[in-house]
Amino acid sequence: MYDRGKIIIGLVIFVLLVTIPVWYNRGTTRTAPELVKPTNANSCVLPVEEMRAKHMQLLNTWRDEVVRTSDNSSIVIEGKAYPKSLQLNCMECHTSKVNFCDKCHDYSSVRPYCWDCHIAPVE
Amino acid sequence: MFEKALKGNNYYWMWLAFLGFIIAVGGISYLRQFFYGLAITGMSRDVSWGLYISQFTFLVGVAAGGVMLVLPYYIHNYKAFGRITILGEFLAIAALLMCMMFIMVDLGQPLRALNVMLHPTPHSMLFWDMCVLLGYLFLNILCGWVILTAERKQVAPPKWIYFFVYVSIPFAISIHTVTAMLYCGLPGRHFWLSAIIAPRFLASAFAAGPALIVIMALILKRVANFDAGKEAIDKMVTIIIYAAIANMFFLALEFFVGFYSQIPGHTHTLQYLFSGLDHHGHVYNNLVPFMWAFLILFVIGIALISYPATRKGSDLWLGLGCASIFIAFWLDKGIGFVLGGFVPSPINEITEYYPHLNELLITAGVWAAGFFVLTILYKIAIGVEHEIEA
Amino acid sequence: MDQKRRTFLKVAGISTLAGLGAATGVGRLIGGAESAMAAAEEAQVNASAQNGTGQNAACGDACINRYGMLIDARKFREDPTLGERVVLACHREHNVPNIPIKKDEIKWIWMTHYDNAFPEQANLYRDEVNAQFQLPILCNHCDNPPCVRVCPTQATFRNADGIVMMDYHRCIGCRFCMAGCPYGSRSFNWSDPRPYIDSADMNRDFPTRTRGVVEKCNFCDERIRKGLLPACVEACGDSKAMVFGNLNDPNSEIRQMLKQHHTVQRNPSLGTLPSVFYIV
Repeated sequence: MYDRGKIIIGLVIFVLLVTIPVWYNRGTTRTAPELVKPTNANSCVLPVEEMRAKHMQLLNTWRDEVVRTSDNSSIVIEGKAYPKSLQLNCMECHTSKVNFCDKCHDYSSVRPYCWDCHIAPVE
Repeated sequence: MFEKALKGNNYYWMWLAFLGFIIAVGGISYLRQFFYGLAITGMSRDVSWGLYISQFTFLVGVAAGGVMLVLPYYIHNYKAFGRITILGEFLAIAALLMCMMFIMVDLGQPLRALNVMLHPTPHSMLFWDMCVLLGYLFLNILCGWVILTAERKQVAPPKWIYFFVYVSIPFAISIHTVTAMLYCGLPGRHFWLSAIIAPRFLASAFAAGPALIVIMALILKRVANFDAGKEAIDKMVTIIIYAAIANMFFLALEFFVGFYSQIPGHTHTLQYLFSGLDHHGHVYNNLVPFMWAFLILFVIGIALISYPATRKGSDLWLGLGCASIFIAFWLDKGIGFVLGGFVPSPINEITEYYPHLNELLITAGVWAAGFFVLTILYKIAIGVEHEIEA
Repeated sequence: MDQKRRTFLKVAGISTLAGLGAATGVGRLIGGAESAMAAAEEAQVNASAQNGTGQNAACGDACINRYGMLIDARKFREDPTLGERVVLACHREHNVPNIPIKKDEIKWIWMTHYDNAFPEQANLYRDEVNAQFQLPILCNHCDNPPCVRVCPTQATFRNADGIVMMDYHRCIGCRFCMAGCPYGSRSFNWSDPRPYIDSADMNRDFPTRTRGVVEKCNFCDERIRKGLLPACVEACGDSKAMVFGNLNDPNSEIRQMLKQHHTVQRNPSLGTLPSVFYIV
């Protein structure tokens, strides 16, 4: 084959480009963030593991139920009723966006757009 | 066949570099808009669609115009169009890509564009517009590519492709009809609320699309040694003349309905577009020069492409005539129709639209991207033609 | 070599298209199932709701309630500051930004002249009162809303209370609804609205909007759910300048008032069946 030199250089550049995430983040391994648990409640709307994995789906479901089907029913935990709402429910216990939401989202480098509209608690 | 696009003379590369520069400027301008929002456009609460949607509307017509080659060639077996049908199909591809880019740059939340597919809504004409535009794009890519490939191998195209060719004809009509339905089904916008919008769109499309193809054919004759053939060009010019006159006839009917009935709502936008609208003592007329340019260019264009000496005697005059028609109908549909429809607003207020510089740069970028694609596609098509001849 | 590449391209192209086709096909099927379920629910609701008025027959959706409003323009003339208070109450409740650039304005309810609210009622010899004073206009929450018809994503829809709602999560910002609304009731967030909201004065229980979505009056859906009156109605106090209620309930105050007074709707000839009525 001709153009061997060009092809090899091209391949090297390609490999470097697609492996950017690996070598760009080298040596920056961090430990998973530790979250402070709320003091004013003992249990969340779902067990911890499920919340960790599925809180976004849950929020989407709540949103569709509340906004689109006018389903106003609330969630009862330990005898107390909570509305299906990020702003008016979740943040009542997890009072700090910075110390709760952002910790994991920053760690896993996801940027949900919740707070473009919803108003975070004053910190 | 893509390798044909990788070999060209200096002019070819300079032309692509020029387009690439405009695309880059448009891309940077779009990033500004993406991160800041549509506030850096001239659009407003009252004129909520601007250049982007009006360019989209016009370009749907250009895409549909290609059917004026496909239909005579495949249905009526009109052989003279054999060499240039591919130009029509490839023009449709480029025009449709521009349409989609214009829709995307117009969206306030472009990252959510797939919501139209995730939540299909049959009662929205925009949903159907997306369906027919995607369908027509697919059909043109498929038919153009398969037929060109067969041509290159100098064999007859496979039989099954004719099914898609025939389907593409009603699709071409439907893309512009559904685009017209975006407008003509809205209550409270008198200028758009007219059953003749779809036919008028088709008429101007069948003039503007072929006019662009004739211009392209004349350019290719000079720069790429590709002769479409006198008969084909002449027949297309005839099509352009009839379609252009039909568009003007339909426009005249709009004037009659408005000014004979003298229903204020039916006359306001026409007044605003052609003479200026007096509103509480202030005359609003920022689109009047464009609309008069449309009328004048139409007259010049139709004269140049009808008068035998300019039509058949000289490629330059013929090209200028077709360019006049193309620009005239761009002014009519790509400027006046969409922007004018928002004046006056439903609450009888008048806001005039002046595009923002950033918006103009994005618009230029999308046009350049379309012509970039078109150049490459035409380069491939003509490369194949030359290969067969050689 | 070339032959292989061509075959590969063919296979790749066709399988991509097939994949896309299958995905949308499945999406449509699921969508179809959902709408079938919705239709069944609707039928039930229609059967159980026997209070539908004649007008409501035109409503394609199942509206158990149909909230409406009666605006008494005379009261706004008697108290010239009332209009401003009403607008402020709404805009503060919903964190509506105050954007000084006119083309980027966002408004849910605003004061305007009679000739703007009722342009089809043109009159060369306009009475002095209507030529001088203003009345509030807002989304009409039509029984047959064109904005809902044109929206390609169902981001705007009618809920069970007959309120034309916005789902700001779903809106793609195509602004078709703005072209479709024959009352000019809709505003678009041309840029991020937050800088134009006074953070000291904002309602922290209600979200703001993000750039690139359309917004409009929601008839205070969030307040009605709590059994409160809309903010604008509350701002009118006991003046009865604005009366809010269920048009599907023949005994509601608003229905009684509509029986007693001559009222008009904005541009009724368009068949949109507005739910906001005016005494002028």
